Amino acid sequence: MSASSVPAKNKESVARTIIVAVALCLVCSIIVSSAAVFLKEKQVNNASLDKKRNILIAANLLKDDTDIDKAFAHIEQNFVDLSSGQIVTVADPTSFNQRQSAKNLETSISIAKENDAARIGRRSKIASIYFVRKNKKVETIILPIHGKGLFSTMYGFIALEADKKTIVGLKFYEQGETPGLGGEVENPRWLALWPGKKLLDNNGQPALKLVKGSAKTEFEIDALSGASMTTRGVQNMIDYWLGEQGFGLFLSDLDLAEYRMVNCGDALSDSNDGDA
Amino acid sequence: MAIDRKELKDVILKPVFDNNPIALQVLGVCSALAVTTKLETALVMCLALTLVTACSNMLISLIRHQIPSSIRIIVQMTVIASLVIVVDQLLKAYAFETAKQMSVFVGLIITNCIVMGRAEAYAMKNDPVMSFFDGIGNGLGYSAILISVAVIRELLGSGSILGYTILNPIKDGGWYQTNGLLLLPPSAFFIIGLLIWAIRTWKPEQVEETK
Repeated sequence: MSASSVPAKNKESVARTIIVAVALCLVCSIIVSSAAVFLKEKQVNNASLDKKRNILIAANLLKDDTDIDKAFAHIEQNFVDLSSGQIVTVADPTSFNQRQSAKNLETSISIAKENDAARIGRRSKIASIYFVRKNKKVETIILPIHGKGLFSTMYGFIALEADKKTIVGLKFYEQGETPGLGGEVENPRWLALWPGKKLLDNNGQPALKLVKGSAKTEFEIDALSGASMTTRGVQNMIDYWLGEQGFGLFLSDLDLAEYRMVNCGDALSDSNDGDA
Repeated sequence: MAIDRKELKDVILKPVFDNNPIALQVLGVCSALAVTTKLETALVMCLALTLVTACSNMLISLIRHQIPSSIRIIVQMTVIASLVIVVDQLLKAYAFETAKQMSVFVGLIITNCIVMGRAEAYAMKNDPVMSFFDGIGNGLGYSAILISVAVIRELLGSGSILGYTILNPIKDGGWYQTNGLLLLPPSAFFIIGLLIWAIRTWKPEQVEETK
């Protein structure tokens, strides 16, 4: 505050104005960038922990006292080329981001309007999926799904048993639907209706329906009350991602017995478990 | 730098009821709508805003004699924006879940009229210590309204307070029919309106003269 002695005329000069502006910008940019650099590791950690948590919830593996990293050691990430249905390797598994990939013209395809049930416009050619392994056997398959609801794109994971039909669990981790109505897609009580239901029929076609009233068969789940559009969004999302446009080919071609044998000899991929 | 105790008390407490930034000045309403569906997010928002207002007031007051008047608004904005980014980064690192729910609204503190309003109206003319407390006071005034709105909205909209169920909602097998309207942003308008009405009935001197 010694500065109060500076004459007012001097303070308003062009040179002074530029000096103050430059000095302020320098100081502020140093503060902002150091905050970003020093906190980055923690933030990245948080984000990856959050993703792991959502995957574990979908696979029904998260209890109150679960250690996330420990539980995630049983989960391995794989990549699927959706058009061929084959498991492929990607150049940099740790930095693969399906959402980014869907925006990139080279790594994604445009979906024809009549096929675009989930109303997402483009999808990544490669999808990142997860296997839960117990005693060298694949127990659960976790697939990422997303699609338009009423207001927002809803993102989630759906987990299937090794029979490739029965649902283990579902979890939406990002949505902006109406709170209290469509937003109830995140309600654990509603999601608890899903496990045990059959997602696909015996021909491998998506067969699960969200129905009004009360669900009777193993192919039916109660719709969300007061949220027809969000319910339709969930239905379309499932039809799309489990159909031939999405994971249909992968699931019908996937031979878990064969997969297990291939990967057992591959010690490297085993030690990489949990590297999401 | 002698601090007058009376003045200090005024600076901190006046904005809570007598000169409330939301209720009397009707500033900063946008974020009041967005983050009050749950008490938890409202509390974090209050903390963040109070911290930013206090620190920006102090910093701007410290350099007030250096700031050329032609660029003073930009200088204030830069200081506020830097502080907000730092707060946002801290939240993402140490309160990830809450930060995720608050999404863009932490960043939008930059455009919150309260912060800028106090910098321009108070910090540019007063010393750093008093400016700091003026920021705290206005943050408290903002918090008082935000917390009242959030308590009403969470209790009647979801039947809980801070995530603990108070009124067991029907959809979880209880008896309470939740009021969906209170979960939507417009309901905060109604509640803030009612609060302003209540405060002005209690303190009639706040009522504006009819033209």
